[in-house]
Amino acid sequence: MEQLFTFGIVGLSTAAIYAIIGSGLVLTYTTTGVFNFAHGAAGMMAAFAYWQLTEGWGLPVPLALILVLVVLAPAFGLLVERLVLRPIQGLGDAERLVMTVAMLSGLIAAARWIWDPNEARSLPRFFENTDAIDIGPATVTWHQALTMIVAVAVAIGLRILLYGTRIGAEMRASVDDRALVGLTGANPVRSNQVAWILGTQLAAVGGILIAPAVSLDASQLSLLIVSAYTAAIFGRLRSLPLTFLGAVVVGCLESYLTGYLPQNDYLPGLRLAAPALLLFLSLLVFPHRRLRGRDTKARPVPSPSLQGTLLFAGAVVLFGLVLASLLGEGDLITYGQIFSFGVIALSYVPLAGYAGQISLCQLSMAGIGAAVWAHAGADGQLWALPLAVVIAGAAGALIALPALRLSGVYLALGTTAFAVILDRWIFTLPSFEVLGLNISLFDGGTVDVAGPSLFGWRLDDGSELMVFAAVWLALASLAIAVLRRGRFGRQLIALRDSEAAYATLGGNLLLSKVAVFALSAGIAGLGGALYGMQQRSVTAEQFGLVAGLPLFLVAVVGGLTAVGNGLFTGVAVGGSFPVISAAGAFAQNITSVLPALAGLGLARNPDGAVPEIRSGYEPLGRNKPVLGGLVVALAGLWVLQLQDVLDGWLTFGLALFLIVAAQAAATALEQARAARSTDTDVPVEWWGVRREWRREDEEVLARGIAGG
Amino acid sequence: MTPLLELRDVRAAYGKITVLHGVSVSVSAGQVVALLGPNGAGKTTSLNVAAGTHPVQSGQLILGGRDMTGANPRDLARAGICLIPEGRGVFPNLSVRDNLLMMTFTGHSRAEIEAVAFERFPILAKRANQPAGSMSGGEQQMLALARGLATDPAVLLLDELSMGLAPLVVGRLYEQVAEIARQGVGVLVVEQFAAAVLGIADHAAVMVRGRVEREGAPDSELRAELSALYLGSST
Ligand SMILES: Nc1ncnc2c1ncn2[C@@H]1O[C@H](COP(=O)(O)OP(=O)(O)OP(=O)(O)O)[C@@H](O)[C@H]1O
Ligand SMILES: [Mg+2]
Repeated sequence: MEQLFTFGIVGLSTAAIYAIIGSGLVLTYTTTGVFNFAHGAAGMMAAFAYWQLTEGWGLPVPLALILVLVVLAPAFGLLVERLVLRPIQGLGDAERLVMTVAMLSGLIAAARWIWDPNEARSLPRFFENTDAIDIGPATVTWHQALTMIVAVAVAIGLRILLYGTRIGAEMRASVDDRALVGLTGANPVRSNQVAWILGTQLAAVGGILIAPAVSLDASQLSLLIVSAYTAAIFGRLRSLPLTFLGAVVVGCLESYLTGYLPQNDYLPGLRLAAPALLLFLSLLVFPHRRLRGRDTKARPVPSPSLQGTLLFAGAVVLFGLVLASLLGEGDLITYGQIFSFGVIALSYVPLAGYAGQISLCQLSMAGIGAAVWAHAGADGQLWALPLAVVIAGAAGALIALPALRLSGVYLALGTTAFAVILDRWIFTLPSFEVLGLNISLFDGGTVDVAGPSLFGWRLDDGSELMVFAAVWLALASLAIAVLRRGRFGRQLIALRDSEAAYATLGGNLLLSKVAVFALSAGIAGLGGALYGMQQRSVTAEQFGLVAGLPLFLVAVVGGLTAVGNGLFTGVAVGGSFPVISAAGAFAQNITSVLPALAGLGLARNPDGAVPEIRSGYEPLGRNKPVLGGLVVALAGLWVLQLQDVLDGWLTFGLALFLIVAAQAAATALEQARAARSTDTDVPVEWWGVRREWRREDEEVLARGIAGG
Repeated sequence: MTPLLELRDVRAAYGKITVLHGVSVSVSAGQVVALLGPNGAGKTTSLNVAAGTHPVQSGQLILGGRDMTGANPRDLARAGICLIPEGRGVFPNLSVRDNLLMMTFTGHSRAEIEAVAFERFPILAKRANQPAGSMSGGEQQMLALARGLATDPAVLLLDELSMGLAPLVVGRLYEQVAEIARQGVGVLVVEQFAAAVLGIADHAAVMVRGRVEREGAPDSELRAELSALYLGSST
């Protein structure tokens, strides 16, 4: 009985913190329309900053609190509003989501950069030396009492602010109709600023209050937000009282699970995963409508030509061959990731690019693929590879079924929850048996991974494995291109453009969604297996939610609808990051922040980099002499390197230079030719037929039509 | 009399497509000017230019003798422009009372606004705590129009007040508009259906494809030309 009370009080005081963080989340969502995935990360930063000020530099607690809550948090909120959110005001849900995911990833990376994660840090509780209060059979520490008092104050304060003041009305009005807010003479930017300042402050309060109870770890603190998400979903992202209720449910659940869950090897993870499980369930149970707002029009999806894709696939294999012939064994392991990451990133193309379903658990699917291959293909049996794909695909279908009703932010949340459940619980399990089936994933640690055996020919050195992975990336890219051009591809795009329209047109929503989730999880699983082979051994941490964010962000930056995305992301994450990291620890830190920065740049170019790169290199593709010259020169470099005439970095630099120079030359030549042909008078209706279509033409035509 | 609001030779575009090719319109104090014309003529765009929600390419926006070209909507609102946009003049998720509270940014107190609004439209008092979006279309337009009534603007810009409403309701709303003009406010009304507004207008301008084609008193000649226009036999 006494225990029941004690755990109840612990639960309520945790609940109070979740309520504070969750209400900040609801506040920013209802008043700016942006669901902030980085909300918890902002609280994490605040906790670290507070630690730095008090424990690090020895400032008195009140002063540190004022600095963090009144100076740093508002400044951060304003900065985020100005730099991150204002540019995406006019963009769609997906872009907003990416921006805050980028912020989450970036803040975690930044915190790890500033505060070395290998050093243990802890914060004391408030009023640690004051005696606890006795209430009947239980005791309440002053820290616990404080959290509850703060939560109640926050609840009352927010209520008054939103429903009792003009700025509150202004904040709510700006979600309804920003333009109209401007017409009334109010300042729509100001209400957003107030919302971000308050939201960040609430996150900061929550972060500082919860930090003493957990270790000061960047990703762990950021992911405490999962509990606050759950609370916010209870409130359907709009009701503050229900958010508080949700917080109580989550807080108490966690606390009682700690107290009453039997101790064995299988269940501790369940406690850690419980908020995520609850989040998943509450997403399914609570009806939610999308926030009203003008949706931006969907961008067109390019349809790659078969010939072009074949060429591309050939180039991928050639690239793999050349790289494999040049690199030493150590580098092969490092850069081998290019192709396996490429395959994993490619899995976003059908799912997020074509079907518009944003999933944040693709790397977890890769983890399943890797684990299946590691066990079933322990002796390199080739049949284990399709098995890995099928099992990862099945896991994908498993998410799709409940996620059928979710879209946008809710789907992203659901897949986040799924990734966390895998991370914290399933992947940490030792081998277990279900229905007579012996299942082992990472055996609670590291598992060794073997290379495949191709009809008796065992691939086990790095160069062979690299080519093997390159071939798979080429095949997968081809398959996606074929898919895009076929009926299923068109169906997926129709589904993205309007689920309702798709259903009324007689499309089978259930089947298509499950199919695309399974397909993309299968591809990710393949990528995971290839990654495992390359690494020789894998652990669960390599496939965690946070580890997957950079891959997702870089894929978004590449352009989710482009088939070339696989190679782009692979080269960026698996190739260029190790190259930069080679320059030392500082550079390594930069690479961990890079995906986030790139993601934040998305607002400037929502179509992604791959289409841009492709159109930049089109002149080179058309100019056969220059292209031929480039190929010959690169081949020459390759031979020289093989003969050890040149050394690695020099070859790399020269090759890069040659490619860029050839591209510039081809573009310049083409422009010169275009300039010469301007004078020849081609009638308007033959533009684009008898002579090439030019950028200016569009404007000339528009003027003509409008003036007509 | 110098006009209160004047658009002088305004050109405006959406992207590369120019939709206003030199539009000039003016409104004096106490005057009701009707801006008429077929769909896509550029009427809404002209009002948006006047309210600062759409940029001009060239030309001027003069308010009370001052050149306000390029000013933002907020400053124009504070300088006395009140635009009630087409079909969405209220905040649907806010209660009627909060909608009225949102009218206090141009200098009037909440009490003053509520007094005027509830006196002119008693139904609003009954609905005070209901979300504005749950009221009927006519009630919503009353609430929207209350901003024009209660905030003493210099110029009221109305876009398709009649949209989706019964003729009787439209008639009553335009009675209120005439009343607003009598208090000295310059009113620029955009309407598809000319009959509703020509009864109270002092002056009418007919726009076709981004140009003012005809201007003058709303007499029978103008009406005849207008109906010819709508039937597509443009002169
Ligand atoms: N957001 C926009 N983007 C591109 N073109 C637009 C946009 N809004 C309006 N247009 C174009 O500008 C022109 C003028 O539009 P406007 O809305 O001003 O016409 P209107 O006279 O108000 O028409 P209606 O009577 O149908 O309301 C039209 O040709 C329209 O197609
Ligand atoms: Mg219009």
